[in-house]
Amino acid sequence: MIKGKQSVVFDKPVYIEAVASIVGEKEGQGPYGKYFDIVSNDPMMNTNTWEEAESKLQELAVDKLFDKSGIGKDDVRYMFGGDLLGQLIATSFGLKKYEIPLFGLYGACSTFGEGLSLAAMCVSGGYAESVIALASSHFASAEKQFRFPLEYGNQRPMASTWTVTGCGAAMVTERKTDVRISGITTGTIVDYGVKDSMNMGACMAPAAAALIAANLADMDVDESYYDKIITGDLGTVGQKILIDLLREKGYEITNRHMDCGIEIFDGESQNTMAGGSGCGCSATMFCGSLIDRIRSGEWNRILFVPTGALLSTVSYNEGKSVPGIAHGVVIERGV
Amino acid sequence: MKEKNVINEKKRNEKYNEYVESVTPKASCLKNCIKAFITGGLICTYGQLLLEIFKWLDFGKTDAALFTTICMILTSIILTGFGIYPLITSFGGAGSLVPITGFANSVVATAIEYKKEGQVFGIGCKIFTIAGPVSLYGILASWIAGLLYWVLKLVGVM
Repeated sequence: MIKGKQSVVFDKPVYIEAVASIVGEKEGQGPYGKYFDIVSNDPMMNTNTWEEAESKLQELAVDKLFDKSGIGKDDVRYMFGGDLLGQLIATSFGLKKYEIPLFGLYGACSTFGEGLSLAAMCVSGGYAESVIALASSHFASAEKQFRFPLEYGNQRPMASTWTVTGCGAAMVTERKTDVRISGITTGTIVDYGVKDSMNMGACMAPAAAALIAANLADMDVDESYYDKIITGDLGTVGQKILIDLLREKGYEITNRHMDCGIEIFDGESQNTMAGGSGCGCSATMFCGSLIDRIRSGEWNRILFVPTGALLSTVSYNEGKSVPGIAHGVVIERGV
Repeated sequence: MKEKNVINEKKRNEKYNEYVESVTPKASCLKNCIKAFITGGLICTYGQLLLEIFKWLDFGKTDAALFTTICMILTSIILTGFGIYPLITSFGGAGSLVPITGFANSVVATAIEYKKEGQVFGIGCKIFTIAGPVSLYGILASWIAGLLYWVLKLVGVM
């Protein structure tokens, strides 16, 4: 059912059958280390390049997902996947061996939310029984793509974030389980003219605020409808801005907001400045921890909002700002 | 109406950017300066030490300076290869970016990163992506300085 301007509430229920997560060593040492399915201590993942290593993350996550869900490769109708690299090479090389029809997605770090949204629409629309949504990022391949070579020495600003090495994958099905995707809100591109690519929290916060406000308006509820509102990778700077922006719009989310980027690392001891980022940040946090906290009954309903900074080295060098986007997915416990 | 929207958006963006500036934490300038001073000073002391050794070994003044430079570049390359140089710079900032060792780091780090893309299109094309601008505009600046010097000499000022 179409709701408001940007949202959908699923008439035919959609469920999450299983999730799988894999992360790198640094994430494994973080506060959520023990919740991930696989922690790999080899950043190269036994391959020759950073890009191949990221593909391997996807492969291992998907294999694990097949294991955990009991749904085999032949029963998966579509995959919705993406990463941060140019032309989505981590996804194309990571997923080619499965020969499952694929929609390659780019939503910067919001890709997992985009994937879950489309997967849920696809299943609810009756076009598939089981589909996979996944997203990955790798610290080294992202540094190479967007910043400097790894061995180049430079100083990180305090508002900068640390790209998460990891991949999260979810099996979305029509088969009834204890976690349900009940609705989605699709984000628009929001650009407040921030040009500082090392302050991505500030670039994305307006998009997250707009998305959350749109979701609450479309669903005709207030912020207390959700037990938690969980953003992707705003970091400490972005979190403060988000809360302020929403307060201006008349919503008070201080007590129910959580940010995967702030959670995944211990900023003090792990030297990650404002927090974690990357598609893998919200994807691994969702698959590693958030979904279990819904299953266990700690939360009954959350609004999961992966956030993306639509940054390109080309547009950045040409003097353009860094626009943001966010995608909201409503996840509920039980039927 | 449309024009008004554009103006409003511009105002909103300006206001937002000011606000972002006010909530974004910044590293302490004084602290960074002190760290850079110590790091840069240590690198220079190391250079001076090498220079004295080469002089003591009876290299001429010019040769001693040349060998000092070469040894400093070599040290930086080795430290980069072991991943130590980036740690020094993340502490020392400009203190280790500005000396010749920082320049060597920027060349070698790029070579290591792009080796996987081949000798020609990887290393060959990309080795100077960070150091290139410094070389280009360094040469341009010295050309302009030379021109000025020549002109000033012609008119008899120098």
